[in-house]
Amino acid sequence: MYVAVKGGERAIDNAHAWLAEERRGDTAIPELTVAQIRSQMALAVNRVMAEGSLFDPDLAALAIKQARGDLIEAVFLIRAYRTTLPRLGASNPVDTGAMQPDRRISATFKDLPGGQVLGPTFDYTHRLLDFALMAGGATRTSPQRQEEAPPSPLAGEGRGGGVPQPVPHVTEILNRDGLIEALAASDATPPDLTREPMELPADRALRLQALARGDEGFVLSMAYSTQRGYGRTHAFVGELRIGRVAVEVDIPELGFAVEIGEIEVTECETVNQFKGSKTEPPQFTRGYGLVLGQSERKAISMSLVDRALRWKELGEDNIGAPAQDEEFVLMHCDNIQATGFLEHIKLPHYVDFQAELELVRRLRAEATALREAAE
Amino acid sequence: MTANALTGGFGAPSIDSARAFRQILEAMARPGTIRQVAGAAPPAPLSVAAGAVLLTLVDPTTKLHLAGAADCTPVRDWVAFHLGAPLAPAEEADFALGTWEALQPVTRFRIGQPDYPDRAATLIVEVDRLVNHGPALAGPGIELVTWLNLPETAAFRANRALYPLGFDTILTSGDRLAGLPRSTRVEKL
Amino acid sequence: MVDVDPNARKDWISTLAKAAPARLAGLIGALPAHDLLRPAEVGAVMVRGRIGGTGAPFNLGEMSVTRCSVRLVDGTVGHAWVQGRDKDHALRAAVVDALMQTRDAQDIQARVIAPLAEEALRTRAARAEKAAATKVEFFTMVRGEDL
Repeated sequence: MYVAVKGGERAIDNAHAWLAEERRGDTAIPELTVAQIRSQMALAVNRVMAEGSLFDPDLAALAIKQARGDLIEAVFLIRAYRTTLPRLGASNPVDTGAMQPDRRISATFKDLPGGQVLGPTFDYTHRLLDFALMAGGATRTSPQRQEEAPPSPLAGEGRGGGVPQPVPHVTEILNRDGLIEALAASDATPPDLTREPMELPADRALRLQALARGDEGFVLSMAYSTQRGYGRTHAFVGELRIGRVAVEVDIPELGFAVEIGEIEVTECETVNQFKGSKTEPPQFTRGYGLVLGQSERKAISMSLVDRALRWKELGEDNIGAPAQDEEFVLMHCDNIQATGFLEHIKLPHYVDFQAELELVRRLRAEATALREAAE
Repeated sequence: MTANALTGGFGAPSIDSARAFRQILEAMARPGTIRQVAGAAPPAPLSVAAGAVLLTLVDPTTKLHLAGAADCTPVRDWVAFHLGAPLAPAEEADFALGTWEALQPVTRFRIGQPDYPDRAATLIVEVDRLVNHGPALAGPGIELVTWLNLPETAAFRANRALYPLGFDTILTSGDRLAGLPRSTRVEKL
Repeated sequence: MVDVDPNARKDWISTLAKAAPARLAGLIGALPAHDLLRPAEVGAVMVRGRIGGTGAPFNLGEMSVTRCSVRLVDGTVGHAWVQGRDKDHALRAAVVDALMQTRDAQDIQARVIAPLAEEALRTRAARAEKAAATKVEFFTMVRGEDL
């Protein structure tokens, strides 16, 4: 039961003023700018964009500053802001095959067309704290391609070779041999959970939308649980790529589509061993992850969970694993829904609790009366 | 796209649409009251009020059905530029626009589902005039009784019988509009 | 107004949309007189992806977008849809789109569009070179039995 409470206005004002002061911290230390957060805390910005479900690095950086670095609070701010924006339209599906990758690796084929490109990765770092960063040491700059390196199919002809060439998807190699499930291309308008409440069972498009904006920690844990045996899917990372893709929108007043900008995305395709089922032949199957910004942990997690949730359409057994349970995964992956419901229990519930108190007192009185009667 | 299609939108979209929304809200909350809106200049045969309702409520995520004379190239182009709404057959529409005759049979329109009654159509009905004279209206938002010159009563009575399902209606004429939500009881004539 | 090739227009609108706002402002300078058909409006576009990269579409998330439509004194209409929330940038892009359909097109092409396109290409190429420097060859070691 909800009852409005009044009062406490001055206390709330003062609490907010103190919050602002604490946010600023020690004034002897220079204040962080939004631009600093955007460029130097880029992965935090990316996470807020992905889970806030709005690609706008400036706003995400502002949200992080305002939220004092609490990323879920920052996601909350972005979600609240995006509801104020009129929806001007939907883009044509982004073509990740045309991406100019900063990073592109495959765990299944070592000699893939286009090569393995590490990009600015944490992989192969030793996870040792770099005290030079604390001392404000000089930053290393990245070298350009070495002359002795093999010619890169990424960049046209020769050094500084102009327009980079797109690199094909790894799964296309398996697809050519018919060893991986075919994807039905379509131009159907996908369901949108920001416009219509999510209804279960959800189709794959709706599941992917929910996972793409889902909490990284939750999706990671679900994915990990499948690896430990709770709905095992035998996943290999067929390909992971990070880079910028053009966003193209049909403009009604022009009568044609134009590229209105570029966004950074992370894409993961898993290739999953599959012995066949009542309905499907033995072949490799696919899990898919696509996330706004650079966020490969999330993209890999998403593709594992996507694959686990596909048990029904592939005719697999439901072993009762959490990651196979669509209702469990989709209804609990959104950290704003979760934190909203969770945190509301700290707000005044005085009337509910008064009722509970009276109930417990009455039950105790009745129990005492019964005991005394028995004695 | 013709040049005329590019004019006639709200000059100050956030302020104009907030004002129009308030009037539409009042009209639906107090069925039968006649409200005035401004700021839209849609192509013929659309009224100013119909244009303002479209600019305020319709966008690329709402399907629009244009009925009868309203379904013409100038209106289609204007809708494409200012609203971006996909045009749809009557059975799929979130909003439908036309004269009462052009919208017939109104049983085609979506009335929502028991678990989602909001998934119903809103009809924007262009009428020649709006006066508080005609069949009596009663129900939520009406203190005792009010009157409005409805184009007919049988269809609205049948729609009321579907409650909580049913379509909602906004009547438009010139720069004036009135609301007739599905909850309103219409006198039998 | 002069005849305009739609493909060329598609390209310059896109070049303007992707340009850094400050750079476009610097290149175009003061804007000619114009009417606002649609004042700059900030909104969101739902970005879609495809399942598996090539399958059915799904909704990935939104991006902020600003659009604007203008009409020059001679009646030429210009449109802009640009990423982000910079209304002045959208206005400038719409005016430049209109100017590109007038007799001034050659001048604007040389003074504004060409430098923007060239800088965009250079930025892309520089990034590709950095990526290429991190390209590796993995060698698999033979384990266990003799060959």
